[in-house]
Amino acid sequence: MSGVHAHALHYHGHSPLHRLAPHVKLIALLGFVGAVVATPAEAVWAFGIHAAVLATAVGLAELPLGFFFRRLSIEIPFVVFALAMPFVGSGPDVMVGPLSLSVAGIWGAWNVLAKATLSVGASVVLSSTTEVADILAGFDRLRSPRILTAIAGFMIRYLEVVAGEVQRVRTAIAARLGDQRRLGEAAALASVSGTMFIRSYERGERVHHAMLARGYSGSMPRMGEEPATVRWVEAAAGLAVAWSVALTALLSS
Amino acid sequence: MHVPDGFINAATSVGTGVVAAGGLGVSLRRAGRSLADRQIPLAGVTAALVFALQMLNFPVLPGVSGHLMGGALAAILLGPWMGAAVVSVVVIVQALFFADGGISALGVNILNIAIVTSLVAFPVFRGLVRVLPKTRVAAMVAAMFASLVSVLAAAFAFVAEYAVGGVGGADIGAVLGAMTGVHSLIGIGEGLITSAALGTVLAVRPDLVAGLADVNLAGNHTVPTRRAVTAFVAAGLAVAVALVVFVAPNASPDPDGLESVAAETGFAETAQDHPIGGPLADYQVTGVDSETWGTILAGVLGTTVAFAIGLGLVAMSRRRASTR
Repeated sequence: MSGVHAHALHYHGHSPLHRLAPHVKLIALLGFVGAVVATPAEAVWAFGIHAAVLATAVGLAELPLGFFFRRLSIEIPFVVFALAMPFVGSGPDVMVGPLSLSVAGIWGAWNVLAKATLSVGASVVLSSTTEVADILAGFDRLRSPRILTAIAGFMIRYLEVVAGEVQRVRTAIAARLGDQRRLGEAAALASVSGTMFIRSYERGERVHHAMLARGYSGSMPRMGEEPATVRWVEAAAGLAVAWSVALTALLSS
Repeated sequence: MHVPDGFINAATSVGTGVVAAGGLGVSLRRAGRSLADRQIPLAGVTAALVFALQMLNFPVLPGVSGHLMGGALAAILLGPWMGAAVVSVVVIVQALFFADGGISALGVNILNIAIVTSLVAFPVFRGLVRVLPKTRVAAMVAAMFASLVSVLAAAFAFVAEYAVGGVGGADIGAVLGAMTGVHSLIGIGEGLITSAALGTVLAVRPDLVAGLADVNLAGNHTVPTRRAVTAFVAAGLAVAVALVVFVAPNASPDPDGLESVAAETGFAETAQDHPIGGPLADYQVTGVDSETWGTILAGVLGTTVAFAIGLGLVAMSRRRASTR
């Protein structure tokens, strides 16, 4: 096993963004999202420029647009939620066709839609161009607490195993109890989470024993090569655009 | 419960982020004291489990789905600090890798979903275990109430954050009523799942429950009586109604900023109620004189309707799942 592959998330490639060092990408992501969130919603033009910065990153990453937009679809629940805001917002209303919509609610919906879409897009670029193990290595390089990255590493390693196990248990329940309409089956599913905890705990113990047997002494060995191009200047250029747009919009509002 | 980007303004996000980072730091330090090397794989695998369980969504209202937050379960099974750390990792991974929950809202989400739930659930659980009879069933009942309280605490935390830096101009009283109403219902589900999970662990490996490490429990029975479960669900509904009755109307006696500006500048008269608002428009029942009583009645009706719709949607989704 050479490192961890987030099968569905990662898009294999050799673009400049794939080769960029993960800690640079992390800083760029946080900086970009910060600039987007700080931009006032009323400065509609600013979001156009933010979108252009994001589009440049998608282009640099050589991601197919179909793949990118499919990954963006994760934000659909937020979209549904945002679309409700014009109906529940308070303050003066405006008539749009037959509907009376709250002005503050419309701006709120635009605000969430624009900012969530740009941020989700940016994090899709990160997770598509960076192996999970490399993102964790990037966090280590940025000196985040080691326990945190260690726990996250194990979590991601066993995510598919545990999720698969939960799915199999649900299948087993369906096979034994028929359709899931009665309350008794909900109770069965609830007690499954207890069973799953015990299995997970014991799996954790076994994994630790196996690691000790293979000479684990406190830190995981790195497998494979880490993308190492450090391009602070280019990353800073992208961030400078986003932040100067955000600040201009803030000052002019 | 996962807040997206753009929902809480930048300044509040940064402030909450600092609080969340501090809380997480304290949790890691306190957990680290007991966190032997062997527990890191354990914490990771438990985090994976919480993640998997959070993916099992159950619809509460149209466009709103509830899922297990897992803070109470993690805190009772692993201890409050470890629980907070594990759920924080889940929230961080969800935001960074799966774009579930905003990146700028990471502080908000860590604070509400991981830290508040764990640090509220654990003392409530311990307190109840202390006063209740020392049996396994009583511990499970304690877990139910601790989960309900923890989910409500997270909802209150969100409302507080929204009141400070929320975007969209929704009336805080309405947000409070909606959030606590919906989350009382989610809390009932959370309580039942947490309690059932705890019962299974107590039956098989009672030594694994950190929250009961120093308590000797009598009895091998791990199924609460039907009466206890009914009492819990009724109590949850009573809490939902009580919150709407006593908290929501008092939360915002004054019109919010925009409305008071509207009143002063005189364009309040031009504003009109939403035609789709129906009989609950402005949270007042038409035909009731006192504004407070109207708000209360509307809140109770809203909670009841929300509960009914939620039940209906759960039933529908079950039926659909079974025909798939």
